[in-house]
Amino acid sequence: MTVVSAVQPIDYAAIGAPLGLALLAIGVLVLDLFLPARRSILAVWAALAGIVVAFFYTALVLAGESRATFCVPGGCSYAVEPWTTVLQLLVLGAAAVVLLLSATVVHESRLPAGEYAFLLLCSVTGALVLAASRDLVIVVVALEVVSLPVFALVGLRRRDGRSSEAALKLFLVSVVSTAVMLFGISLVYAVRGTLLLGVPGVGADPLVGDAADALEGVGVVLVLAGFAFKISAVPFHAWAPDTYVGAPLPIAAYLSVVSKSAGFAGLLVVLSVGFRDPVSVWGPVLAVVAALTMSLGNLVALRQRAAVRLLAWSSIAQAGYMLAPLGGLGSAGSPVPGELFDDAVAATVAYVCIYAVMTLGAFSVVAVVGRRRPRNLLTDYRGMAWTDPWAAGALAFALACLAGVPPGIVGLFAKVVVFRSVVDAGAGWLAVVMAVNTVVALYYYLVWAAALFARQPEEVGEAAPRPAGPPSQAGAAGWPARLAVGLTTAIVVVWSVAPQLVLAVRETLGNSAPPV
Amino acid sequence: MSALLLLVGLPLAGCLALAACPPAVGDRIARWLGVVVSAAVFMLAVVISVAYDAARPDALDTEFDWIPALGVGFHLGIDGISLPLVLLTALLTFLSLLYTVGHLPAPGRPRAFVAVVLLIEVGMLGTFVALDLLVFFVFFEVVLVPMWFLIAVWGGEGRRRSADKFILYTLLGSAVMLLGFLLVGLHAGSFDLAEIGSSPGLSSSLQLVAFLAMGLGFAVKAPMWPLHSWLPDAHTAAPTVGSVLLAGVLLKMGTYGFVRIALPVAPEGAELAAPWLAALGVIGILYGGLACLAQRDLKRLIAFSSVGHMGFVLLGIATLSPAGINGALFANIGHGLITGLLFFLVGAIKDRHGTADLDDVEQLGRGLYARAPVLAALLAFAAVASLGLPGLAGFWGEMLALLGAYQPAPGLDAGAFRALMVLGGLGTVLAAAYLLRMVRRVNQGAPAGPAVRDASALELAAWAPLVVLVVVLGLAPGLLLGVTDPAVAAQVLSGGGP
Repeated sequence: MTVVSAVQPIDYAAIGAPLGLALLAIGVLVLDLFLPARRSILAVWAALAGIVVAFFYTALVLAGESRATFCVPGGCSYAVEPWTTVLQLLVLGAAAVVLLLSATVVHESRLPAGEYAFLLLCSVTGALVLAASRDLVIVVVALEVVSLPVFALVGLRRRDGRSSEAALKLFLVSVVSTAVMLFGISLVYAVRGTLLLGVPGVGADPLVGDAADALEGVGVVLVLAGFAFKISAVPFHAWAPDTYVGAPLPIAAYLSVVSKSAGFAGLLVVLSVGFRDPVSVWGPVLAVVAALTMSLGNLVALRQRAAVRLLAWSSIAQAGYMLAPLGGLGSAGSPVPGELFDDAVAATVAYVCIYAVMTLGAFSVVAVVGRRRPRNLLTDYRGMAWTDPWAAGALAFALACLAGVPPGIVGLFAKVVVFRSVVDAGAGWLAVVMAVNTVVALYYYLVWAAALFARQPEEVGEAAPRPAGPPSQAGAAGWPARLAVGLTTAIVVVWSVAPQLVLAVRETLGNSAPPV
Repeated sequence: MSALLLLVGLPLAGCLALAACPPAVGDRIARWLGVVVSAAVFMLAVVISVAYDAARPDALDTEFDWIPALGVGFHLGIDGISLPLVLLTALLTFLSLLYTVGHLPAPGRPRAFVAVVLLIEVGMLGTFVALDLLVFFVFFEVVLVPMWFLIAVWGGEGRRRSADKFILYTLLGSAVMLLGFLLVGLHAGSFDLAEIGSSPGLSSSLQLVAFLAMGLGFAVKAPMWPLHSWLPDAHTAAPTVGSVLLAGVLLKMGTYGFVRIALPVAPEGAELAAPWLAALGVIGILYGGLACLAQRDLKRLIAFSSVGHMGFVLLGIATLSPAGINGALFANIGHGLITGLLFFLVGAIKDRHGTADLDDVEQLGRGLYARAPVLAALLAFAAVASLGLPGLAGFWGEMLALLGAYQPAPGLDAGAFRALMVLGGLGTVLAAAYLLRMVRRVNQGAPAGPAVRDASALELAAWAPLVVLVVVLGLAPGLLLGVTDPAVAAQVLSGGGP
């Protein structure tokens, strides 16, 4: 190793958002000590304010910039590029919506607000760093920073057995996948002699030859396992449904959107910056994983009766669609033309953005309904269009987007973008699998949407026939969740009228990675 | 604002206005608002067709960037192929909403009903005027969800099952169709039909793949045997207005897609697939005819007859010849008018008797001529029009389709097509058999069964335009062929885009 000066210059502007949020996390924890119990919800609002500031900081100061810091000769460990910024904005925006939902739920389920806000901010910090990391060690550390607080958040309902079980399940799967990932990294390091991504073997003595290529390929595939857990891809998906159900609802939304987006951010960093080359190794693996993930997710979702469980399986299936563009690259020959690769990256980013908003829309309505119907079964939504038309309309629109049929035009184009990338790469079989999956998925989204417009609440046992009514008498604390519903719905409606607003991400990204 | 944008925007505005209205007000004004909006759309369509100049079909084109990131332009245009379908759509929607003023199916909710019908109109009109593959696709899909609601909420027995079957079948077709569009668009470098037409062609194997993928979507919609099985259920369960729009317009979106997109974009693929398309079309003709002979339910019978009639349209398209394609376009319109009328009439009979079961003599009765002479006479008229009596609109399209099969485009096996022509001809005999059987069992015989109201003034107002057009187009087919023929020659068969 070259000798590095002990004191590196640090570009504080580049790391402003995660640094600020990390400090705020500690601040919130301290603040909580001094707050009287009945005002502890202020901690959540403080966290929300911090996230909003970070959002605008990132949007206004860092947008379009390219900065790098923590550099050693040969490369940098942390880089802010246009596409990093897009993912960071996505994480921050989604986290803000999750905090709005939390403001309602934490208050009503008497969760410890200070710890809650602290843990959530820590996890968001990790997600921000993950998108900007350009070094495998930072990737692993950031990934763990995203995950560790979430274990605690999932288990926060202390007297609830399901909550603890969910936390334990999440923890075990996570530990296993991290171990596999670390093993993969050690293999990659052995071959490349460096942990920096995007730097072709500059280390002490990189191995060369066929054996080294094979070893590197195995290493990369093992690294993918760590991300497969985060994005709940088959075969690391089984934790998701139980965890979502056991966790407080905003945390389920967090897992399904922020944590998953962070996983994809890491995956894109590692694959598009670090390992463009052995695409012939990881491409086909990802293609198969994508096909299995979407098929299994959709098929199991067909049989769900509870809203959160259905969203969990749907979010597994959606992860399959998001993996498809990268998987499709496996059929594009090697090396993949740079433009094709960038298209695939852009398609993934666009899909993740659209997925985040529409899923948060659905989760927000589920949170609103869950206030009065803790079991949150699909039958609880019967006739909601007549009793609570705005929330029902928002949910119906979000479901149409998730299904990808008009009026959910933005969801439709999200799929079009992915299809386009997959067809362009020549992975026709994957496109056909996805087409069939779209049809399967339509069924369960439709069943749910249809329940909203049912004529009368169905007579089923003692659960009926109270109408799923407006929660007006449940107190005023519902407004943050309703605001979340309004925000997410406004965004999907605007994007549906002008899909260009989000699909322009392709131009924003430009060439996402240095030429190989 | 351009006329075509207005054409699509008007019903959408009506739909949004109804959605935004408070329910109490909305329910009061919905029916009349629906009539006014759809009448305005129809007037606009008439104005457009008067202004339409065959020599300069692109004078009305509208184009602006919608999603530059994907190369999708919001390109609308109209020509001799789409103009008649636009008129048909606007007319049938208007008549449907007029009919709704007096006949809102259970469970009521006029505001929602009218909004849903207007949204369907947006999708149908948009499909016919879109000149960009992805815009076409969006409009093609816009129809799905409102039509699902129309069947699932306002339908009859078995509505949920039928509605689900309808939407899942159609979506499977259109998802594969989207793959075909993407394949074409990515290779041509644009999704705009005008640019795809003038770009160097795809290789013939890719064309075949693209044609099959796109064709699957169109074939489900048309529907082509053996992909038709959603149709009888959907038509039977749908409320009258739903059946009219389904049979009258939605099926045409499939055949229109073949003529507008599949043939010009993938001509070599079309040539390879044509004999199979023709054979499946003829199977549809015979299968539809035989199935009709076995039906007890009137609505189901008319639904199966659609499978047969659309078989003729597919046969005409498959000949790839001017006569055949013009015949197909004519049969599209003819079938839309006649079957629209038939579904109105059968729906009226079902409403009056509470059943449409031919074997249920108690309820449905006999001798409608004596009990409701006007209704019965109209049914007999529509039936003979549907079986293709010369002098009515049902005749020309099927005759031209068969004529096209006698002399298909060069490059196709004329012998095979002639054999198919003979089999298709048998289908007209079957049509005569089942329709006359229907007329005999409903209209004739000693009067029996409940006394029923004859057609009301409102019903007559909704049906009369269809009757008049069936006669006019039957006596003067040149009115329609004069519009379609130049467009077919210029755009479909030349291999060039619009």
